[in-house]
Amino acid sequence: MASLKQEGRLWVLQRDGELISDIDTDMIFHNQYLAITDIAKMGQYSFDNLEGFKDFAGLAKPNDIILAGDNFGSGSSRQQAVDCFRCLGVKAIVACSFGAIYKRNAINSAFPVITMPNAKASDFRHLEVIVLDMDKGLLGSRKIEPMSGVQKEIFYAGGLFEYAETLK
Amino acid sequence: MGRTLIEKIINAHGGGECTGGDVVWMGIDNRSARDFAGANVVGNLEKYGGDSPIDDPEKTFFTFDCNVPANTIPYATNQHRIRLFAREQNLKIWDVDAGIGSHVVIEEGLGKPGTTTIGTDSHLNIMGSVGAFGQGMGDVDTAFAFKSGKVWFQVPNSVRVTLKGMPAPGTEAKDVALAMLEEFGSHTLLGKSVEVQGEWLDQAALSDCITFSSLGTEMGAIIILIPPNRNVLDAFSMKKEEAIYADDDAGYEKEYTLDISGLKPLLAAPPNPHNVHPVSDYKDVVVDGVFIGSCTNGTYEDMAYAAKLLKGRKVASGVMLKVVPATRKTWDRLLHEGLLADLFDAGAIVSNAGCGGCASGQIGMTGLKEIQVSTSNRNFTGKQGRGDTYLAGIGTAVASAVLGRIATVHELKKGV
Repeated sequence: MASLKQEGRLWVLQRDGELISDIDTDMIFHNQYLAITDIAKMGQYSFDNLEGFKDFAGLAKPNDIILAGDNFGSGSSRQQAVDCFRCLGVKAIVACSFGAIYKRNAINSAFPVITMPNAKASDFRHLEVIVLDMDKGLLGSRKIEPMSGVQKEIFYAGGLFEYAETLK
Repeated sequence: MGRTLIEKIINAHGGGECTGGDVVWMGIDNRSARDFAGANVVGNLEKYGGDSPIDDPEKTFFTFDCNVPANTIPYATNQHRIRLFAREQNLKIWDVDAGIGSHVVIEEGLGKPGTTTIGTDSHLNIMGSVGAFGQGMGDVDTAFAFKSGKVWFQVPNSVRVTLKGMPAPGTEAKDVALAMLEEFGSHTLLGKSVEVQGEWLDQAALSDCITFSSLGTEMGAIIILIPPNRNVLDAFSMKKEEAIYADDDAGYEKEYTLDISGLKPLLAAPPNPHNVHPVSDYKDVVVDGVFIGSCTNGTYEDMAYAAKLLKGRKVASGVMLKVVPATRKTWDRLLHEGLLADLFDAGAIVSNAGCGGCASGQIGMTGLKEIQVSTSNRNFTGKQGRGDTYLAGIGTAVASAVLGRIATVHELKKGV
């Protein structure tokens, strides 16, 4: 069963000491790769248009967690921008806020996206190993917003279609 | 307390007496997918759809607008996978000739005031232009809507923006939308349903409403809802009583006022749509290419305005002017009214209908250091190629193409 507690390295997506905001879906998974439908092929392109982190896909390891600023995943509706991280074994994204479509896509894929309104780059060390507890609402020792009811139910079911089965 | 417009639309679609924050199931009138992500929708339905993957074939369709006709083999393969699935399931496809899906939905009268539409286009909230619900969704959500006819949705909180006054002559809907982006950036309206009102909106044409609502995505809003005015109702041959409006005593989380009196043309400079400045601040920027089209500025009215400005003028030497009408019906009118000739004679490259510069490939990309003025909605780094993209209205785009540098429509009118 999926666990609300994860431990992994924390990628602090920062520029000049600030968490990067407005990381849009073209920076996450550029539109030149949109024809890719096989999730196993998506990971290699993660962040390859995000200045400063273009080598992310090669360096990411399973269980990694990502920390970013406001409006993460703004832009297009592409599910690949979620699936590319699932492909790499990334366990969660924590951000000050998320683009609405991105958040839905992640929730529907049972991929944890967690809001931390006042997150600051200086509160964390890049690539430190940290515990994300989505049940207690903690990233390390700092508070995060808990998952909403629907998000938790879809997460436990393993995805939207699986969740719908539980409603029958 | 009364209900806001989005609450009333969701309520009318099975969401119950809902209010901001509630999670509800809502019925979807129009369930669509594009060539982009459409193949993934098909994949999800093959995996999860069982014996009856489609709830209602009459309400379910595909629109091809991203890469039309396909210029890569993967896109061609995806499109054909969709065609085969659609034939098997008896679903309508607006194929590679039809144009931008969201515009087709409006043009065909499917997306009329008060309806609900979802699909794999992040600018489907453009339906807010006619006081309807629309939302771009990923392929899982979309496949789920194909199969069940509904989606889960957290009712957004509603805010209201009153636009005060009238913009200066020569200022367009795009400039007013850019003024919104300048004021609110990409975070203030994040996740909100934004109801707008004001004297300018009361007289706006449907095409203006479409342009204005299309930038809601760039503001981070769930949707920008424009209560249907007379022009919009007439476009659908509807009476006011048939549309849905907010209650007079609806409660809003926040109310804003934006003064647009005497507003002059604006542009969004790289690297993002809320980097908004007066066009006149960028007069010295030499332009290599201009793109006119997209779901933001691709209507017949936009094209006709561009043609009118270009008639008898020439695009500056060395400047590419790329024009992409939104739909085949728009193309039809431009062709038969002779306006295509005005565009062509001025030096424009006119492509078949579609999303144009916004999805890689249809009418070319920008190269490193290339400067482009575009009437589209996104200028993020790398979005339309490696060059620098400035977002602006039709008048600014045409004037820049003719003068070879960023210019306002007023400079054009000085007889150049």
